[in-house]
Amino acid sequence: MLNRILDPIRGAWKEATDSQVWASIFRHGKPVSNRNRALVMMSNVFLHLHPVKSRKAGIKLRYTWCMGGITFFLFLVLTFTGLLLMFYYRPTVEYAYADIVDLQEHVPLGIMRELHRWGAHAMVITVWLHMLRVFMTGSYKPPREFNWAIGVVLLVLTLLLSFTGYLLPWDQLAIWAITVGSNMARATPLLGTEGPLSASLTLGDIALVNAGNDARFALLGAQSVGQPTLLRFYVLHCVGLPLGAAVLMAVHFWRVRKDGGISGPM
Amino acid sequence: MIGLFQDLVNWVSGPTVLFTVTTVGLLLAFRYTQVWSKRVAIWGFSVLAVLYVASMWNPDFLLIVAKPDNIPITGVIFLVLFFTWYAMYQGIENDRRRAAGEEIHEKKESDKVWVWPDLVYTEMLAMVLLSIVLLVWSILLAAPLEQPANPADSPNPSKAPWYFLGLQEMLVYFDPWLAGVVFPTLIIVGLIAIPYIDRNPKGNGYFTFRERKAEIVIFLYGFLILWCLLVISGTFLRGPNWNFFGPYEYWDVHRVEPLLNVNISDFFWVKLLGRPLPSGGLFAALLREWLGLLMVGAYLFVLPVVTSWPREKFPGFLRWLSLRKYYDRMGPTRFYIGVSLFLLMMSLPIKMYLRWAFNLKYIVAFPEIFFNI
Repeated sequence: MLNRILDPIRGAWKEATDSQVWASIFRHGKPVSNRNRALVMMSNVFLHLHPVKSRKAGIKLRYTWCMGGITFFLFLVLTFTGLLLMFYYRPTVEYAYADIVDLQEHVPLGIMRELHRWGAHAMVITVWLHMLRVFMTGSYKPPREFNWAIGVVLLVLTLLLSFTGYLLPWDQLAIWAITVGSNMARATPLLGTEGPLSASLTLGDIALVNAGNDARFALLGAQSVGQPTLLRFYVLHCVGLPLGAAVLMAVHFWRVRKDGGISGPM
Repeated sequence: MIGLFQDLVNWVSGPTVLFTVTTVGLLLAFRYTQVWSKRVAIWGFSVLAVLYVASMWNPDFLLIVAKPDNIPITGVIFLVLFFTWYAMYQGIENDRRRAAGEEIHEKKESDKVWVWPDLVYTEMLAMVLLSIVLLVWSILLAAPLEQPANPADSPNPSKAPWYFLGLQEMLVYFDPWLAGVVFPTLIIVGLIAIPYIDRNPKGNGYFTFRERKAEIVIFLYGFLILWCLLVISGTFLRGPNWNFFGPYEYWDVHRVEPLLNVNISDFFWVKLLGRPLPSGGLFAALLREWLGLLMVGAYLFVLPVVTSWPREKFPGFLRWLSLRKYYDRMGPTRFYIGVSLFLLMMSLPIKMYLRWAFNLKYIVAFPEIFFNI
């Protein structure tokens, strides 16, 4: 009885995997023989991030906690959900908040904003845990010093991505968090109006550093969080920072391979 | 009974007590490493989880913990604790194996396996599980949206996003140019510098504690206490006007805490010598701050040199100050950079304790040029 249902499915599956289309996509047989297990890794651009073989201890969950992989997956989730959110959201003081309300109230079954926000929070935590794991296994030691440095920059980019995204809903939570966060830039030595030594930068009687050109102004595009800030953070959040993170991730993964794969005892 | 317990927890959560208890606890855990066992972990996590859930019946606790954007903090508490335990547990297990002449865990499994299926399937499973977690989380809990932005109405307390609250907490003890600019930069630079300063060849690619004690103690102190703990207390325990509130306390906007903080210069000139602070001109300002400048200078520039001296140069009770062993191993450049970064990191807890003990505001204060330490 069961076979009468399954046999046509099996037949169709065989038909499909024997077809010219299938053979044009997957240039080798199923990865059940060792030869094909190697070929699947080398002929697929996504799987190609991996080596063909790896040390058993290194790929165990107890060793890596899969934290780096989870972080990368979250980045992909955030890219995808972020893209969908961009269809609805306009980064202007006039529309931003209303668009978020619309997203919540008029998009049926809409959980894209939730996925995006919780995913972002989760990513911050998984990056920390990934760093903890890499530290505790001494994986930053030679020859992986440089990749640790790349990782630290990626950690900073993750925090900045989250920080810039925090402003976009344009609610009270958003502008005051960014106001508090960016107030510190006022105190940058030499470059902030209330920073040490900034007052000594003068040209005759004219103070070179003022509220209209200091470090905080550069960050906000204005003297307080406003329309220029929203646009600036939007562009950084959707284009600038993700591009930078993507490039550095490519370097990070590449170097994992080039520095000898997942770390392990010599 | 419950009231007594809540008062106790509120008291323990106070900045001074919490910071001291967690620091001492962490150091004791490094000294008595048998606490990183499965049994202690199961008991510890169970008790913590039960207390955490039971506390939800307290409206003040629930209000702060259930705030949507504070959910990650609950994650941080349990995940960071769990993974710290897990790393230490495996490290100590490996140390035990080494001592017993057995092979460490990572070495036992050093044969190579096919990435398909052994790794690819794990990744697939992780993706599926994580997707489920995210979907369920997103369906159950709506993302927060407060009133539309209003630049004229600043909420009290105004908080940065949760992952920056460690820095905001630092603002209590340091001026923004340090807490918001210099220290974040130093954290990034210091993290990047780790592999170049730590030249200990042991512990590369496996969990261990004994083979790299100093590195792990310093890193975990920084990560757990100076970063995570400050993030957690900044989120859960700082209320209106950035006053401290225990987890079971109502956030009273009108609570006033007297702030009578004094500078080192006040201690020296006014309290000790009983005369007014020197004033007028650059020389007077330098004279006013001479003690603070001397202290900071000695801390940042003399201490690294002194600690590099051999043990014999110190009187007996100060021998522990000699880090000659590390100096010989690391060489002068790495040693001075490493010790300086360590001292800069320790300046945070030092300033915290100076504040709590003496109400000290600034060690060096040049408010004229916003240069206060």
